Amino acid sequence: MSVSPDSATAVRAAADAAGESGRETLLSVRGLRVSVADGSEVVHGVDLDIPRGSAVGLVGESGSGKTLTCRAVLGLLPVGVEVTGGEISLRGTELTALPAAKRARLRGTDLAAVFQDPASYLNPSITVGAQLAEVLRVKIGLARRAARYRAVELLHAMGLRRPTHVYSQYPFELSGGMLQRVLIAMSITAEPELLIADEATTALDVTVQAEVLELLTELRRDRGLTLMIVSHDLAVISQMCDTVHVFRDGSIVEAGPTRRVLRVPRHPYTRELIENHERFGIDRVRKQRSQQ
Amino acid sequence: MTALLDVSELHVALGRGRKRTEILHGVDLTVAPGEIVGLIGETGSGKTTLARAVLGLVQAQSGTVAIDGREVTGLRGGALRAFRRSGTVQYIFQDPLRSLDPERTVFDTLVEGLVVRGRAELQDAALGVAQLVSLPLDLLPKYPGELSGGQRQRVAIARAIAVDPRLLICDEPVSALDASTRITILELLLRLRESRDIGVLLITHDLGSLGGVADRVVVLYHGRVVETGTTEEIFLAPRHPYTRLLVTSVPSIRDEEPPDPELRRALRDEVRGLAATSADSADIPQITGA
Repeated sequence: MSVSPDSATAVRAAADAAGESGRETLLSVRGLRVSVADGSEVVHGVDLDIPRGSAVGLVGESGSGKTLTCRAVLGLLPVGVEVTGGEISLRGTELTALPAAKRARLRGTDLAAVFQDPASYLNPSITVGAQLAEVLRVKIGLARRAARYRAVELLHAMGLRRPTHVYSQYPFELSGGMLQRVLIAMSITAEPELLIADEATTALDVTVQAEVLELLTELRRDRGLTLMIVSHDLAVISQMCDTVHVFRDGSIVEAGPTRRVLRVPRHPYTRELIENHERFGIDRVRKQRSQQ
Repeated sequence: MTALLDVSELHVALGRGRKRTEILHGVDLTVAPGEIVGLIGETGSGKTTLARAVLGLVQAQSGTVAIDGREVTGLRGGALRAFRRSGTVQYIFQDPLRSLDPERTVFDTLVEGLVVRGRAELQDAALGVAQLVSLPLDLLPKYPGELSGGQRQRVAIARAIAVDPRLLICDEPVSALDASTRITILELLLRLRESRDIGVLLITHDLGSLGGVADRVVVLYHGRVVETGTTEEIFLAPRHPYTRLLVTSVPSIRDEEPPDPELRRALRDEVRGLAATSADSADIPQITGA
């Protein structure tokens, strides 16, 4: 077990952040443990508090447990991987105790997610519009024609130009950035409160990434959507999130307001991540300039 | 100093008949020995076509590609095969698993390009390049499937280095790797250019990743070089609207405020305007510094 000496401070920092903003906690994760099929534990007691309307970042390298934590929250762990301890509560409702069917109903209406590779979540032989309209019919019970109308509206709201044309296109006809917008449209159809974006912009060109991040920021501002952003990229977290949780080997080693954590990192691993980030990349050049 | 790679006024068209489309509209680019030049462009900008033209894999319509003062554009048949076999230019792909033979051990992969001289000499050569790229020697008898992504990329680089190339073309060499592995591979490239005076053309869609790596950056947009300059010039004082759009799109941990969406929207519209006109005219402004 590797509960780091800093995890107690981390919890306090997160609680302070929530307290300062005076916002109600939407999602609370306490002591979450996740184990894989052979019994070995991969997430070792993670605590997270997500205030309503906030944007919370989970950062760490691959294998750090950030994605499994999200999947546990969604109730979508891979086969053989299960929650072996802790609590996940959404507005006070304990999720881990809910039967699978009830949890499935929460997905889409209360919490939703978008992932790295949008094309793999769409049926290649059905137009994206028809797939979006299906979600509208199943999740909020719209009639066929109303669903179609609302789908075009949503595509337009996602910043897609010529939404009626996009509606009738197949996934292979759209770029990665357009597909991610379609997936975001699907994920918010039933107006969930929490959207989890797990490396949602990692595979996109930088200019497209910037547009998708902007869209998420708008959704947060205009619809009060709460965001949980999972990324290996400190800069994306820095741009998007109020608070950040740094994951390493299945534990949170540091958490707190993003600006504080990135400027005055307390845990050596956070310092290492920042140093690595600034070793190469645009931030290295900017750092050199600021030191001159 | 003569350039190691000198691409001049290169036009390349792909496809046949009515589908024939010009991809590169007069590209100029140089790489000096020991220089790392970043080639940045979005999907479809022509950067991979340019790399393929340098390798002699696609024919130029007009313009020249010269390596070490020797023109390769016009090579055909036996002369072209001899050029490729010489190993002067080596190519590193994004996904090393696909470019490595799954049924060949690391050792056999490393020596496959060497003219056979004898077991002892091959052994020396393999050990030499493995050490150069910091590849643990106990990996030599293993197969690519048994290695991590970073180890595979090291094998791909070691194999390329083994034939003593003058120019390495790296096509998104670290895009598929984890942050810490990415650093070790980029540091390796920096070391190789020091120790072997190899020129590197580093192709990427991620402008940000070139900081601290590339000496100069060449920005390709719709088949044209729209701006070149030192990495500092491009990052800190970009001039072409497309370059400015790129730079303002890269998130930074040092930004007090997120990049201004209004500014980016204005740049995006300007750049889209350029793209719309580029189909029938050559009016994308070009900016050349350094």
